[in-house]
Order: sequence, then structure tokens, then C-alpha cells
Amino acid sequence: MDNKTPAISMRNITKAFGSKVVANKNVSMDIERGEILALLGENGSGKTTLMNMLSGIYRQDSGQIFVDGTEVHITCPKDAYELGIGMIHQHFKLVDVLTATENVALGMQKKTTGPNREIAKAITEICDKYGFDIDPKMKVYNMTVSQKQTLEIVKTLYRGANILILDEPTAVLTPQETEKLFAVLRNMKADGKSIIIITHKLNEVLAISDRVSILRKGEYIGTVQTSEATVQSLTEMMVGQKVELDIERPDIENKELRLSIENLTCLDRYGVKALDDVSFDVYGGEILGIAGISGSGQKQLLEAIAGLQKAESGSSIKYYAPGEKKESQLVGKNVSEIKRMGVALSFVPEDRLGMGLVGAMGMADNMMLRSYQKGGVIFTDRKTPRNLATKIKDDLEVVTPNISTPVRKLSGGNVQKVLVGREIASDPTVLMAAYAVRGLDINTSYTIYHLLNEQKKKGTAVIYVGEDLDVLIALCDRIAILCGGKLNGVVDGRTATKEEVGLLMTNIEAGRKEAEA
Amino acid sequence: MIAAFIHRAVMQGIPLLFGATGEIITEKSGNLNLGIPGVMYVGGISGVIGAFLYENSLPDKSQANGFLAIMIPLLACLLGSFLMGLLYSFLTTTLRANQNVTGLAITTFGVGLGNFFGGSLIKIVGADVPSISLSTTSRFFSATLPFAKDLGWFGEIFLSYGFLAYLAVIIAIIASLYLKRTRSGLNLRAVGENPATADAAGISVTKYKYTATCVGSMIAGLGGLYYVMDYVSGVWSNDGFGDRGWLAIALVIFTVWKPNFAIIGSILFGGLYIVHNYLNQFFPFIPVDMSTQELIKMAPYVVTVLVLIFNSMRNKRESQPPEALGLPYFREDR
Repeated sequence: MDNKTPAISMRNITKAFGSKVVANKNVSMDIERGEILALLGENGSGKTTLMNMLSGIYRQDSGQIFVDGTEVHITCPKDAYELGIGMIHQHFKLVDVLTATENVALGMQKKTTGPNREIAKAITEICDKYGFDIDPKMKVYNMTVSQKQTLEIVKTLYRGANILILDEPTAVLTPQETEKLFAVLRNMKADGKSIIIITHKLNEVLAISDRVSILRKGEYIGTVQTSEATVQSLTEMMVGQKVELDIERPDIENKELRLSIENLTCLDRYGVKALDDVSFDVYGGEILGIAGISGSGQKQLLEAIAGLQKAESGSSIKYYAPGEKKESQLVGKNVSEIKRMGVALSFVPEDRLGMGLVGAMGMADNMMLRSYQKGGVIFTDRKTPRNLATKIKDDLEVVTPNISTPVRKLSGGNVQKVLVGREIASDPTVLMAAYAVRGLDINTSYTIYHLLNEQKKKGTAVIYVGEDLDVLIALCDRIAILCGGKLNGVVDGRTATKEEVGLLMTNIEAGRKEAEA
Repeated sequence: MIAAFIHRAVMQGIPLLFGATGEIITEKSGNLNLGIPGVMYVGGISGVIGAFLYENSLPDKSQANGFLAIMIPLLACLLGSFLMGLLYSFLTTTLRANQNVTGLAITTFGVGLGNFFGGSLIKIVGADVPSISLSTTSRFFSATLPFAKDLGWFGEIFLSYGFLAYLAVIIAIIASLYLKRTRSGLNLRAVGENPATADAAGISVTKYKYTATCVGSMIAGLGGLYYVMDYVSGVWSNDGFGDRGWLAIALVIFTVWKPNFAIIGSILFGGLYIVHNYLNQFFPFIPVDMSTQELIKMAPYVVTVLVLIFNSMRNKRESQPPEALGLPYFREDR
């Protein structure tokens, strides 16, 4: 094999989940030896799925994979290891109570590795070679996120990987840690290793990669030399042309201030700022879109308003009940207090079944989860929720044998309808919906848009977190864009362009420039 | 008197040590086998059946061969408790039944099975008392070193036990070294902590869960065998085993999942279990009536609760149960 043969070639890879969702469609791309390739794309563009096929977690439906010019069949993670392909997932595969060395030793034969002190020595050697910093004796639960990631990389290298795939490695890192990681990646590149880094952060792409391959909605768009690319050109390739969706957007007069969010700061479970000093207003009678790369703080924002997420001191969320001038502070109150104050926040969680509904219960019982307090002293009122379930079933055309069938058995779209239907039925003043159309077909999506618009007409403040920019621009009156936990601008849905929003999502600088201008 | 107390405490502790060691091995694979009381019970009755068949096959009991008298009940016990472990593994690992429910069912089933066979044997023999005596075989199990009696208190505390007692300590030490020092022990711990990670590292989660649960059950079963053959000198009576199985599970928590701690812990538990009988001897000036004795009987459980509280407060990661304990593992979830 000569040096021209790519380390990995993928040819016409197609992968579908179920019959509807095509994650990758005819993707063909090459990874050269000794290069850093950035794989760029929006959420749901199929980056991770494509890479999971290289690491043996999924199997492609059709298409071929070549490693060093030879066709290979990767059926399990072990196959990938043996071919020298290692993937570092977003969720680390480490055992907390074991030391770094023990984690590296897991599943390996003592015959091949020697005793643990040999492994510890090898770890130190790898660290010295590439500039990692890790104590082989340290327990994983004492490690920072960055150290855990380092350990994952070391583990992969110890097992002889020549091709490393990193799935959004910087998502959990501080800027300093990111710099350190990049330095290490450059060292590994100089050593002849191939590195694929999955990302949607344009500045990182420009900083670290040699070439960029872009995926959009599962399709391969193209590969460019990083030296010839700009933020502008990459954004265009990533978001593509505007698609006319023809979603109605009724105009509402007399919008009234409903929520006033000031200096909202929240920490995630690692103690890192998930929301950083975010301030904006929400009006009744409008749909406010929240755009952003996933994990930019959308979850914390919604949960902070709902009272599920603790806000740091200095944060303020003021609520103005309809028709009243009096304000009430939501920060510091718990979910039921917020409810008792007369604030009806309806919440469609990102994870439909996990937080919103109980899978083993039928539609009627799931309705009751919202209204169980309204019953008598001893016995709950079962009739009202049953009627409501029947009404939702008829109005929204939920396909279910009957209202007592466990919702777990319903298809995704129908589960979503049940959830949205229930939230709307409680007649909210603020309706929050996160990814309300995720995984739904076109018709159901339009039903949901219509429901949201109905609420808007009634004067409800609708907050819609979405991932499809076309939908956000077509549906929302205003779009607030989050980038790395910061509010990077609020644009008017009527005049905004996809490029503008895309740029604000990926680049904090762009937001600053706009603010200055 | 102190030596006699320690001697009794060790005798009490040995079944717990077997049970706890077996349960620790099992729990390290992420299987919370609450069926241990049943497994130990079946281990006991299997040994009794083995001993009964052997004794009845002899034309004259004085001809009993020491090797066979030990091996037959021992193998019968291992087989019985192995099958119980296999049943538990099949239900929880292969069929993914709820571990708690399965464990409790195994306990109920094991005790019922033991009482059924125990009752049957008693009927076959036609004994006047509701028990069956296998003193011939038992003699070999409880045989001690001949010179132990001549060594005074030293002999009484350290040398006056049947071979199973020493086996219990050896197994606990081996289990401890296995978990701490070997690669296979490391893999086992990984399976109990984080099966998805173990799976990704190429470790067969199912194989480890099955093996650990079955081996753990066999070790625990020996506790039942020791109880019948040595502790009560070969006299089986239904429900005689009492709550020792649950005490073994409490001991697992008490020793924070460390078999070497279980050696000391089991003797301590054994002591606490019988201390109410000795209070009048130790403190003749304090009158202890029957009801107080009943209160003192709960000492091992109180100590376990205190250890649990202490461990939760200290919140040291090494002292916590395996992270995936009690959870089924589905590969599709990764």
C-alpha cells in the first residue's frame, strides 16, 4: 500500500432507522493518514451515526468501508479496535471506582498486557509522547471531565488505535482544556495518526482541522480544505438553502409582557455555567423561538422557568399574570409553588416519555397526572381526565386502540400529540415546548404548529425550542439564539435569514459584532 | 469463659461468612441475590440428603469411610446450591426478571424445598422427634485436630473447629485476593459497576453474571452444610437454620463488600447473635430477663443499620454498593 491510499474510505454508506428516518444517505468520504478531518453538520445531520458505523456500534444498510484500501466488515466494537479504529464517545465508557490503569486494563488478557504496573508504565509513556497529563493511579471519580476524556483517548491509543474519532470532544471542556486537547491532537497528527473530530463549532473547525467534510440532513455535501474555508462559507454549506415551509404565522395585536428574564445564570451538573447571564422578555400572543446547537442551555432555560432548575443568585424571572400589572418572582420557587401562584407553565419536555408521560399508563391516567389534586378528599376524579383523553383522541386524531392502552405502545407522533394535547388543555398562560416535532412526520408536525398557533391567538406566551431553522424562521415571531449558554442575539422571525441565525448559533463573535453595530 | 464465648461466636459466624462471601461475589457482578437464605437452606438439605443416602448405603455405620462421608454431602451441597444460583441467573440475567422479586421467590422456594425434603426424610426414618440425625457423617465434619484440646485457651479459640470453618476463611481470603488482584476480578467488578462499559471493553457481561452468581451460591450453600453437619452435629430439623441467611446479607453491607472484612465481621456478628446467652455470666450483677435478651438479639441488625448510616454519611465511593447492583443490563440501551 502506498501513501496515497486513504486510511479509511467510505463508499455510498446508507443507514436508516425504521422505515422513515434515514440517518445517512449515500455518503462517500475519505480520511487520509496523518490528518485531522472535521466532520461538520447541524444536529441530526447524521454525523454521529456515520461514525458509529466505523466504530462498530451500528452496521450500515448498504455501502462499503475500506481500511487501507481493503474492504472490511465492522460488526462490533472489537472489530473496530482490531482495525485500529477507536472512538471517544460523548458519554465516557469508564468505571468510576477503578483507577486509570484498571480502566485501561479492563477486558484485556494479562498475557498480552503484563501486570498492571506495566500498563501504568505504558500509560506514562503515551502521556509523555503526546503531551497528556494523567496519573495512572488516580480514581476516575476524582477526575475532572477533561481528565476522563484524556483517559479515554489514552485507553484508545493503548489498544493500538491509528484512527481516532472524537464525538464533540469540546462540548464538555473549558476553553483552556480545549486548547490543551488541540495541542495533543496536533502531536498525534504529527505522529501519523488520523483524527476525525465531530463538531458543530466553526471556530474549532478552523483552528484544528486540515479538511472539513460537511453533512446536512444525512447527506454528504462536500469536503473543503480548511485553509480555503471561512465561517461564512462553512455556514452556508451546513445550513443549506432556505426551504419554503408555508407555516401560518398569524399577527397578533396588543401583545402583553408575560415573562421578563434578567441575568439568568444556571449551572449544569458538572458545575459549569450552562446559562450565562441571559436576559430577554417573553410576550403573550407570540411564539418565541429558541435556537441553538443542542446543549447550549435550552434545557436549563426551560427548566429554570418551570422551577425544575436552580438559578444562581442575581437571576430573576418576573411573571406578569394576564391583565394584571403586578409582577411575581419565579426564581427560588419550586414547581408546585409556581403552580399555586396561578402561573400555568405547561411543559413539553425534550424526552417525551421520560419526563412527560408514564409509559405504562393509558391516556386517561396520564391526563390525571396533571389533575389528580382536583379530585375529592379521598377519591380522585377519574371522569374528567377520561373525558379529556377522549377529546384529545378525537381532536388530534391520536391513533390508539382505546384510551387505556399504555402510551408506551403508541407511535412517537401519537405520544407527542397526547403530551401536547394535555399541556394545552390545562389552558396555560405560558406554554413551553421543546423539540415538539422531533421524529414526527410532516402532517403531524403541521398539526402541532397549528396547535401552537391556536394558543398564540388566545394570548398565550409560547416558547418553542426547535432544531430545524426553517421551521423556526417560518413559525416564530422572534427567535432568541443561544450559543454556549449565552444569549447571542434576538432576531425577528419575519426578516431573519437562515445564515444569520446559523452564524449566531455557532459563533459568539458574530453576536458581539451585531451588538456593536 | 471468654474463650468459650469466642469459640461459640466463631461457630455462629462461619455460616454467615460463607453466606456473605458468596453474596459479595454475586453482588460484585451486579446481581442482588436476595435468595441467599433459600440457597443456604438448599445447600444444607442437599448435604443432608447426600449424607442420608451414604449412611443408608452402609451395611454397618462403623464402616463409614471418612473421605466418602465428606465428599458425598459436600458435592450434593455444591450441586444443590449451584442449581439454585443457576435458576436465579436464568431468571434475572436471561429473562431479565426483577432481581428483588426473584431473590425473595428463591428464598421462599428454597426454604420450602428444604422443609419438604427434610420432612420426607424424617417420615422415612420414622423418628419420634421431628428431626433426623446423621451423627456418623457429622463426626467427620466436626473432627478437630487431636491435640487442640491440650493447648488450653489457644486451642479452644483457634483450633477447635471442623475443616469447613477453615475452608470458609480460606475462601474469603481467596475471594478477596481474586477481586483485588486478578484481571478477571477486575472485569467482574466492572460488570457490577458499569456493565455497558464492560461490554464495550469486550467483557461478556452475561458470562460473568452467571459465573459469579453460581459460584457465589455454591459458596453460600457451604454455609448451610456447615450449619447442619458441624454446628448442630448432623441433626436436621425443619426451619432450624433460622434467620442466618438474612444475617449473611446484612453482613455484606456491614463489610462494605469486602470478603476479608467479612472474616472479622462474621465472628463479630456471631458474637452479637449469641451474646444474650452470656450476659448473665459476664455481668452477674446485672439481672437480664428474657425480654431484655430478645432486645439484645437484634444487635447485629442494629449494627448493620448504623454501618449503613455511617457509610452514607461518609460517602466514600469505595464503600458504596456496586453501582449497577440490582439493575438488569440490556445491550440495546448503550
